Amino acid sequence: MRPVPQKTPIITARQASLISCHSCHLLCKPTALGSNHGLVCPRCGAKLHSRKVNSLKRTWALILAAFIFYIPANLLPITTVISLGKAQSDTIMSGVIYFIHTGMWPIALVIFVASVFVPFLKLIILTYLLITVQRRSTWRLKDRTRLYRITEAVGRWSMVDIYVVTILVALVNLGALATISAGPGAIFFAAVVVTTMFAAMSFDPRLMWDAKESLNGRIQHT
Amino acid sequence: MSGLIACHECDLMQRVGTLPEGSTATCVRCGAILHKRKPNSIERTLAFALSGLILFGVTNAFPFLSLKIGAQVQETKLITGILELHKSGMSEIAFLVFFTTILVPFLQLTGILYVVLSVRFGRLYPKFRRVFRYINLLQPWGMMEVFMLGILVSIVKLAKMAKIIPGISIFAFFALIVVIAAAISSLDMHLVWEKCDQYRKKHR
Repeated sequence: MRPVPQKTPIITARQASLISCHSCHLLCKPTALGSNHGLVCPRCGAKLHSRKVNSLKRTWALILAAFIFYIPANLLPITTVISLGKAQSDTIMSGVIYFIHTGMWPIALVIFVASVFVPFLKLIILTYLLITVQRRSTWRLKDRTRLYRITEAVGRWSMVDIYVVTILVALVNLGALATISAGPGAIFFAAVVVTTMFAAMSFDPRLMWDAKESLNGRIQHT
Repeated sequence: MSGLIACHECDLMQRVGTLPEGSTATCVRCGAILHKRKPNSIERTLAFALSGLILFGVTNAFPFLSLKIGAQVQETKLITGILELHKSGMSEIAFLVFFTTILVPFLQLTGILYVVLSVRFGRLYPKFRRVFRYINLLQPWGMMEVFMLGILVSIVKLAKMAKIIPGISIFAFFALIVVIAAAISSLDMHLVWEKCDQYRKKHR
């Protein structure tokens, strides 16, 4: 026998005029805490906000910055190797192509996915999520929330190229058979990783779901 | 309002009662994880955090990777690459690598130890709430497992040039990745805040 689906009232914390603490997840009643600005969670002491502050503006700004950094990150050399008086600069893509030519395609794939594909995909997904929030879209909210979750989790892996450069610099320079140094591309690349991480953190997935509540006419947007 | 939580991803309010040990509550609307109840959370986390600190010491004190060319062996430590980058004028990257692979793991371990010891002995140490909040904020910035992937890629890259010998530190580093992940996942956030609340109510 299948269980009878229970009818649970769909009500959000915001509709109930409550604020969920972003740090310790305690449900707080703002009226019991005094004035509207400078609310502090009584349990953990974090500042209380119903939604992340200026979420859309901040995320847009960080994404645009990341889009700009993404170009020099891919065009400028990330490493320069000087061996027997011969200097050779490598961008991320030329490193990937080198690995393909030498038959190490699993490594080529790892670097391509982590350094080129993931940051770009992250920017595209966040842009898409921002646009759908601004259009008050209620289309496939659950899948879009999942998309956000994946974006948030996967971004860190882009750091792998920065770490490879660090390890190579340590090993090769001491070995005295060649010198290797990080190029300007590495700084822009690190900037892409850091700004997209901040962008994912400043995006508030609850804004997507707010569109659903405003559609049901239960909440008036101010 | 006891037992009532708003989902941190879609804001839906729902009642999460006391969960049986080892079970997980997910949001009925968006599927986000609301609460994971861990068995023996405090004791396990204490054990992981202590062993993590020992492994952290080993990781940073001993040689990490060595490069062998002919009869010549060059040893590097975890910090060597960071110092080299700093020397060559790439201080921003040097700092980022230092922050994500050394500083954050250390702060996470000591922070978790501080919080867990505090709960274990039933008293709130100074700045308890702030320390616990910062542990959660730091979590996305600890990237040791990504560094591990970086090590693998570098080894493959250099395999034709020279022989790479793994040092003691690299094994400690692998163990540290597992131990930190275990410490973070075994720490029951809700339980700690509940204990914190109880203590504050008792001593008001």
